Amino acid sequence: MSETQIEVPVETFPIHKEKDPSAQTSKLPPHRIVLILIGLALVASAIFFMRWDWLPNYGDLILQGLWRTIWILCVTVFLGFLLAVPLGLAQAAGPAILAIPARAFCTVIRGTPLLVQLWLLYYGLGSLFPQYPWIRGSELWPYLRQAWPYAVLALTLSYAGYEGEVMRGAFASVPKGQLEAARAFGMRRFTIFRRIWLPQAIHRALPTLAGEAVLQLKSTPLVATITVVDLYSVASRVRQDTFLTYEPLLLLAAGYVVITGIIVYLFRRLERLIPSKLG
Amino acid sequence: MADASIIPAAITGMFDLLSPVAPGWGANLLRGLIRSLQIAFGAFGMGLIIGTFGSYAKLYGGPIARDLAAIYTTLVRAIPELVMIILLYYAGTDLINRILEGMGYQRVDISGLVAGIVVLGFVQGAYATEVLRGAIKAIPQGEIEAARAYGMSPVLMMRRITLPAMLPHALPGLANLWLISTKDTALLAVVGFSELTLETRQAAGTTKAYMTFYLAAGALYLFITLFSSVILEWVEKRARRGMPSVKEAR
Repeated sequence: MSETQIEVPVETFPIHKEKDPSAQTSKLPPHRIVLILIGLALVASAIFFMRWDWLPNYGDLILQGLWRTIWILCVTVFLGFLLAVPLGLAQAAGPAILAIPARAFCTVIRGTPLLVQLWLLYYGLGSLFPQYPWIRGSELWPYLRQAWPYAVLALTLSYAGYEGEVMRGAFASVPKGQLEAARAFGMRRFTIFRRIWLPQAIHRALPTLAGEAVLQLKSTPLVATITVVDLYSVASRVRQDTFLTYEPLLLLAAGYVVITGIIVYLFRRLERLIPSKLG
Repeated sequence: MADASIIPAAITGMFDLLSPVAPGWGANLLRGLIRSLQIAFGAFGMGLIIGTFGSYAKLYGGPIARDLAAIYTTLVRAIPELVMIILLYYAGTDLINRILEGMGYQRVDISGLVAGIVVLGFVQGAYATEVLRGAIKAIPQGEIEAARAYGMSPVLMMRRITLPAMLPHALPGLANLWLISTKDTALLAVVGFSELTLETRQAAGTTKAYMTFYLAAGALYLFITLFSSVILEWVEKRARRGMPSVKEAR
């Protein structure tokens, strides 16, 4: 395939002037300087007037919790996306025998709270498994007795359910002509999927994927309710140990804001890698 | 073959556990369901009110109001709901009581219902702000300009033109928010408010029939979702009558 030059539209009139309002306000108007100063004053007063002496004692634990949160987030987003692609494809183009179960799965996952799903898997399955001797005897048993496999499973299924719906829309919105052209080239069906359909669908779904990844980060603290030690459960342990109400929670919230910022930044970089023309 | 005799017994046992009369736990689940729905309704309504003000601040507000609204929506959408709930539920009630004591009043006991509604409403407000802002921007500019040319006051314009005209654009987003609101009520189980999920947990913990009760709770939540999406679809169809369909417009 030959490399085609990507056209950059030349604007004779600045028609997209209003497109990026942040460019206009980048000069930092006075009111914003005042707001930033107020924000800095709040942060400074929080540092000076609140108690942070517990922080060094819990440094290791906090890092461990942070790592656990990020690990769970990455693993479940990756596995969930792998599961979402077939779910979306089945709903967008599959035969009814695949489309209906996929649709039912997405509806059930999207229609029930994640907390109930998590507790159903952990307490429900966890209470069923020990009744069967062959499960107790299997090599997986040491893992099934821990909490994190259930956390990973529940978050993966949840992400797949939400993302399957997004991928269905993305697969359906790839123009028919693209697929017909690929077929006219004599590509096999899997090649069409790999070269044309999937990349374009992912490109279309990318902004939504970023939002869903942030939502997934926001649902990771739920795993603390089934005794997985993540960032949130570290914070609640600090609260129990030190009887401080605000400090651990504020730090926790700040931590999540920072992680969200990193996710949004990474996805924006990813989006910029794909050249696209504004219609 | 032994299963054939076990399964019916297991199923009848399940129905005994779920029956609404005394030995069964059905009544507890239903009470929890009603509490969940109360909170979901309250939070959604409060979210709509906050969202209306927030979207007006974002669109028509001065520079400071605009920045404050942006900070509010950004922070709420970046901090996990569970953390927000803990923060506002414990820290918020503590803060209110400290302020009241500082002003020389008695401490007040804030009921779980009110606290839950306020907390979830605060979270919903951020999302509603974005939904309503998009919907107001989707109104043809001429309609608002015409209203202004008639000399309507901003409140009258909001009541007569902006809110009715934006409704069809906002409904899909608001429908989504309502579904999120029903599911977010489950998070209040973590702070010990006995809504459907916590009632389920207590019933399951007492009877050790975890699978039965969690499946039942899941079925109840799913029923709420499916039932409300049928109604919301009907409302949306009614609100959009005479307008081109969404599919063609895309």
